Amino acid sequence: MDYAIYFFNDLLKIFALVIPVLISVAMIVWVDRRVWGAVQLRKGPNVVGPFGLFQTLADALKYIFKEVIIPVRANKVIFVIAPIVTMSLALVSWAVIPFSESLVVADINVGILYIFAVSSLGVYGIIMAGWASNSKYPFLGALRSAAQMVSYEVSIGLIIINVLLCAGSLNLKDIVLAQKSIWFAIPLFPMFVIFFISALAETNRPPFDLPEAEAELVAGYQTEYSGMMYALFWLGEYANILLMCGLGTILFLGGWLSPIDVYPFNAIPGPIWFIFKILLLFFLFAMVKAIVPRYRYDQLMRLGWKIFLPFSLFWVVLTSAFLYFFNLLPA
Amino acid sequence: MNLKTSRLLKTVFLSEFVKSLYLAFIYIFKRRATVNYPFEKGSISPRFRGEHALRRYPDGEERCIACKLCEAVCPAQAITIEAEPRADGSRRTTRYDIDMLKCIYCGLCQESCPVDAIVQGPNFEFATETREELYYNKEKLLENGDKWEKELAHNIRVDKSFR
Repeated sequence: MDYAIYFFNDLLKIFALVIPVLISVAMIVWVDRRVWGAVQLRKGPNVVGPFGLFQTLADALKYIFKEVIIPVRANKVIFVIAPIVTMSLALVSWAVIPFSESLVVADINVGILYIFAVSSLGVYGIIMAGWASNSKYPFLGALRSAAQMVSYEVSIGLIIINVLLCAGSLNLKDIVLAQKSIWFAIPLFPMFVIFFISALAETNRPPFDLPEAEAELVAGYQTEYSGMMYALFWLGEYANILLMCGLGTILFLGGWLSPIDVYPFNAIPGPIWFIFKILLLFFLFAMVKAIVPRYRYDQLMRLGWKIFLPFSLFWVVLTSAFLYFFNLLPA
Repeated sequence: MNLKTSRLLKTVFLSEFVKSLYLAFIYIFKRRATVNYPFEKGSISPRFRGEHALRRYPDGEERCIACKLCEAVCPAQAITIEAEPRADGSRRTTRYDIDMLKCIYCGLCQESCPVDAIVQGPNFEFATETREELYYNKEKLLENGDKWEKELAHNIRVDKSFR
């Protein structure tokens, strides 16, 4: 009986997290399209619901009613599993994201490693999709995507080490609390910029959207997908973007903490600050999509391996030396 | 500072990126270049060549005298006319068909018409679900004329001095 209570309690917690995340994914898709439209002097989706807020729901409904086409030569099992893997892995990471000091589903002490491990697994969804489609464009798109995500994960790993050196913990909650006096975005500003750019590459956002480069690869690994399966990829992608914005907020922008610890600001509850900061980061994501042209593949690899990796490694050495000589290492 | 170092500094400090970000931010608050199409529409010139219509005189008599100039001038051969003398002796069409799918909307029929009977109106939203609906006959064209008469008369009046 006790087990049943625990089980349902946890299930309730999971639903209380996943449903808002899915709704906010739908909302940021709308924000993305509106910002993109605004920069290009268009109006963007504004017909369905107030200000077009329900546009994504209408799109989802359309996808649900569309036929799912599975190519004859495809490996059917893997073909079907791939979008499910992408989508569920994008949602699984949210378990350790703290919305405030007490609002977190799984308060584990290696939260950042967990997120890192799960986001590395995300490559599998794309590789599986590309391979199972048994077609040229998805295959090439998947290869590109895998290479890209693996490359930029290395530099993100080194950037995270910088933060860990300053925070002295792998627990996301402790990392946020370590930023009480100053956000890590200020002392580690170059790392914040590189993290942002790597996050763009990690989530296949422009200017690093090579896997879906429509001019050369049709739609990359999504080419053979249709209906709800395509929608799952799409939602998974945006859930990942939201997660990266959340991670950036936690690692560099002080999570749920208010920018200054004085009255009108610290009266606003933590989760609202958290969501506000995520939205701010996402706004930047959307703006970048609107203003930059796509990278060439070799430029992308050069940036990842020859610039970001050595630079973040150098910064790790610099940070640790600084912390060591000025006796600032966290206990 | 030579070219190479200035380029390096630009790359390292992402100055061009920040500039474009600023520009994009300004553009967000600019006036939109697009209109909310089904609810608001762009203005249309009086010379706009849209859906065809056959006009009538104010007393209700149809203008077309079956001279077949439009049929002759039509480069797409979209117009078919048959005519017979009516009981009162006047010459009128018994059949006036326009195949809207053949029509290239050049406006020559309107230009050739000596009595301003066949005109192209301001309506461009006449999409249909079947091909057959776009084979217009005399009845449909006269109906269009009755429906759009106000706009058609206005357009002809406004454009008259330029013809």
